[in-house]
Amino acid sequence: MSVTTTAPPPPAPRTGWADVLRSGIVRGIVGAVVGYIVFYLIGRKIGNTIPYVADLDQNDPAIFIGYLGAVAGWLAGLGFFAYPLRRMAGQPATIGSERHGGGPLRYLGMCTDHKVIGLQYLGAVGVLFFIAGLNAMLIRVELLRPASPIYSPGQYLTIVTLHGTMMIMIMSAVVVGPFGHYLMPLMIGSGRMAFPRLEALSFWLVPIAGAILMSSVDFGGMAVGWTGYPTLANQANAGIDGYIVAFALIAFAMILNGLNILATVIHMRAPGMSWSRLPMFVWGIVATGALMALAPMVFVAALFMEALDRTASTNFYVASGGGSPFLYENLFWFFGHPEVYILALPGFGIVLELLPVFSRKPLWGYRLGVAGILGVAILSFAVWQHHLFVSGINSNLRPFYMLTTELISVPTGLIFLVGLGTIWGGKLRFEVPMLFALAFFFNFLIGGISGVFLSDVPSDVSLHGSYFVMAHFHYTIMGGLVFAFFAGIYYWLPKMTGVRLNERLAKWHFWTMFIFFNTTFLPLFAAGMLNMPRRVNTYDPSLRGLNIFVSVSAFLLGISMLIFLVNLVWSLAFVRRPAEQNPWRSKGLEWQLPTPVPADPFLEPPVIEDAPYGYGDPRAVPVIDPVPESP
Amino acid sequence: MHERGHIRRALTIWVIGSVVAVLLIIFALGPHMPPGTMTEEAKGQRFTNILLSAVMAPLALAMIVAFVYAIVTFRNRDGSLGDGPADFGDSRMQLGWLIVTSSVVLLLAGLGTYALYEEPANAAGVGAGGGQGPTPIQRTSHNRLVVQVIGQQWQFTYRFPQYGGVETFRLELPVNRPVEFHVTSLDVIHAFWAYQLGVKADAVPGADNIAFATPRRTGSFDIRCAELCGVWHGEMSDKGLVVAPSAFASWISSQRRQNAPATGQLPPYGRSYFPDPTGRAG
Repeated sequence: MSVTTTAPPPPAPRTGWADVLRSGIVRGIVGAVVGYIVFYLIGRKIGNTIPYVADLDQNDPAIFIGYLGAVAGWLAGLGFFAYPLRRMAGQPATIGSERHGGGPLRYLGMCTDHKVIGLQYLGAVGVLFFIAGLNAMLIRVELLRPASPIYSPGQYLTIVTLHGTMMIMIMSAVVVGPFGHYLMPLMIGSGRMAFPRLEALSFWLVPIAGAILMSSVDFGGMAVGWTGYPTLANQANAGIDGYIVAFALIAFAMILNGLNILATVIHMRAPGMSWSRLPMFVWGIVATGALMALAPMVFVAALFMEALDRTASTNFYVASGGGSPFLYENLFWFFGHPEVYILALPGFGIVLELLPVFSRKPLWGYRLGVAGILGVAILSFAVWQHHLFVSGINSNLRPFYMLTTELISVPTGLIFLVGLGTIWGGKLRFEVPMLFALAFFFNFLIGGISGVFLSDVPSDVSLHGSYFVMAHFHYTIMGGLVFAFFAGIYYWLPKMTGVRLNERLAKWHFWTMFIFFNTTFLPLFAAGMLNMPRRVNTYDPSLRGLNIFVSVSAFLLGISMLIFLVNLVWSLAFVRRPAEQNPWRSKGLEWQLPTPVPADPFLEPPVIEDAPYGYGDPRAVPVIDPVPESP
Repeated sequence: MHERGHIRRALTIWVIGSVVAVLLIIFALGPHMPPGTMTEEAKGQRFTNILLSAVMAPLALAMIVAFVYAIVTFRNRDGSLGDGPADFGDSRMQLGWLIVTSSVVLLLAGLGTYALYEEPANAAGVGAGGGQGPTPIQRTSHNRLVVQVIGQQWQFTYRFPQYGGVETFRLELPVNRPVEFHVTSLDVIHAFWAYQLGVKADAVPGADNIAFATPRRTGSFDIRCAELCGVWHGEMSDKGLVVAPSAFASWISSQRRQNAPATGQLPPYGRSYFPDPTGRAG
């Protein structure tokens, strides 16, 4: 699969605990700890020579250098450097996991198989999502009462920042990671990504970024919010260093991922897979890949300047030194707004992919759906200043950003039209993935409608920075992306793992999640309109009843997530009912492959004959030729 | 049922639902819409909030009615494995949809721009109460009261350059006199949010952010910081007062008397202040 000079891997040996201890992830952890300590000590020497740093009680240069050492040690332990170094020395080299053959240990180390990486993403994203979700529960505990906070304000804001940052960071990979990497190469008939080692790197940066972000709790936390605006970030304690390094790593991972996705879809499509036959999910991933390749580099620059402001006493964002906090705000949101579409677009792709299957009808307006996805992606670069309507940046620019922001509802409206046209007149089957896909449309509708209020300057003046904004983006990200993610989980997990999930628990999960999601976030629109700012630990006593209702709903929403977790563990670890090859009778290419998907699914290059949406069409031909045989 | 019959029935439900929703929004919800009617700016924002709700409600209902109708009507009742009709799209309908959504968007953007540049009678200036930076779109009134709002961790203070540059811890404003807020900060980014006044402007260190408001009723209003500014952000709230002009005159002169020694120590009034060159000290 990858370009190596070695013979085929030996048959998988039996794996014991000793093998686990020698796996890539354990060596990576050891490397990260050693790397951090060594580089921190070096950094402390360097930092102490700077008079400005020596005056402070914290040595920011040492912490930054230590974190970079940890990343280097992590990657070295995983074996990322061994391959290029050995090749440079003219010696034969293997990729880490190839030594493990097909055994389960390949999931615990660097592996270049896109199917393994997809499942690795699923595991890592799941763990981080769980931790960030627990932080949300802690926030709602605090907001049970209007005054006399439970945590110290610094603790509370650290919890808020951890929740926001982790969610934004990992959500960028929540669909692109597991589904994009596992399924997209299958759906275009290639069976691999263009750059497998780069693919492994973009995954392995995610766990270390999560660990570095969480380590900031040990450095006094980070009371700055996920936006990390200076000059608050300049004066914050050393916890913010972890935020800067972690977010920069994620931004790098996004850039690598985006380039890899674009190269794969442009160059690796099977014969016959023309652009007009590309599945909608792949269109969603391609548009996301373009945004990931273009937007985060601006943010990396912004974070680099922030790191220099903190360590080298530069004044990029300090007004009294000739810099400007506006610079960061502009750079941040130039990345930040495409970022929210990095979150949303894969969700569009998933729901448009699923609706035809469960409506037994062709996609109603394929080209319109593509235009919708690409239109959103392009416009997302021209709207960032709507986050800054009251900030005091050029006031005559505001009508322009008002127009561009409202224009985004045109391509988004196309997605809704295609979805509606697809289910209209169909033979709808309400399997769990379909339920989640339909809930996506309801939630995203509320999210989009509330967004119109925020795009209109006079309305935004009364709503900006309030819980209305918070409710709005939870409707688009949680109500949109996370619902689409679960639609994808229930739809594709049987193919990815070869195991069926319990349907009764899945239905319980859907209905509790849909109901309690709405009871949690709908009242928060009212809280924002009634003068409750974001990120506060105290609020007007008149909003007490409303906040208690929201908190209780949020806890029930958390329990709903536990239902999913129970289902996952129960079905995957204990029951293990084997999944059928194509339980949904989908025409998608990935469903024509055997379950579980073999290591090398396309032994001979497939020829694509049609787009996978010809339901009910008597002229429709099999999507792929030759049709792979079931084992 | 025939295709046209379905569309006609869904349309009927939508029209009835929209009429009810719009009437409810205008007459039941409208009078309670934030941020109230204390200033011209608040009235303008309330009007925009009502208008947007009244325009968006029928659009949202169109989607909800259509989806729910389709879900109820077109579900696969007999569990058959057959497929639906092979309908790949209808370009006339799609074009119509594009025209409708684009028109609504352009209309809303036009209305928003109009509201932003609209000039309320006898008001301080345009801009719907939002912070506009050092060069606002337009100033109109000549008898305006200039108030500098200075954000600092974790308190807003107010400086009155027309009254000897006195700096106060409380904000009182005279009714019916246009106010020009100059919002700035000494340390980190705050946001001055006077809820009932309909004013929100970021307080950015080194920047002068101008916002206008013209109070029309006396009473108290809430002031909150709307941008995360450090650990005590949640406690950075206050009450302000709109009072009769005579009460304001006596309040401000008593403030000048009380604070005379402090006023002498203050730096001269400026558009911004630089207290700490490192930007690190709170």
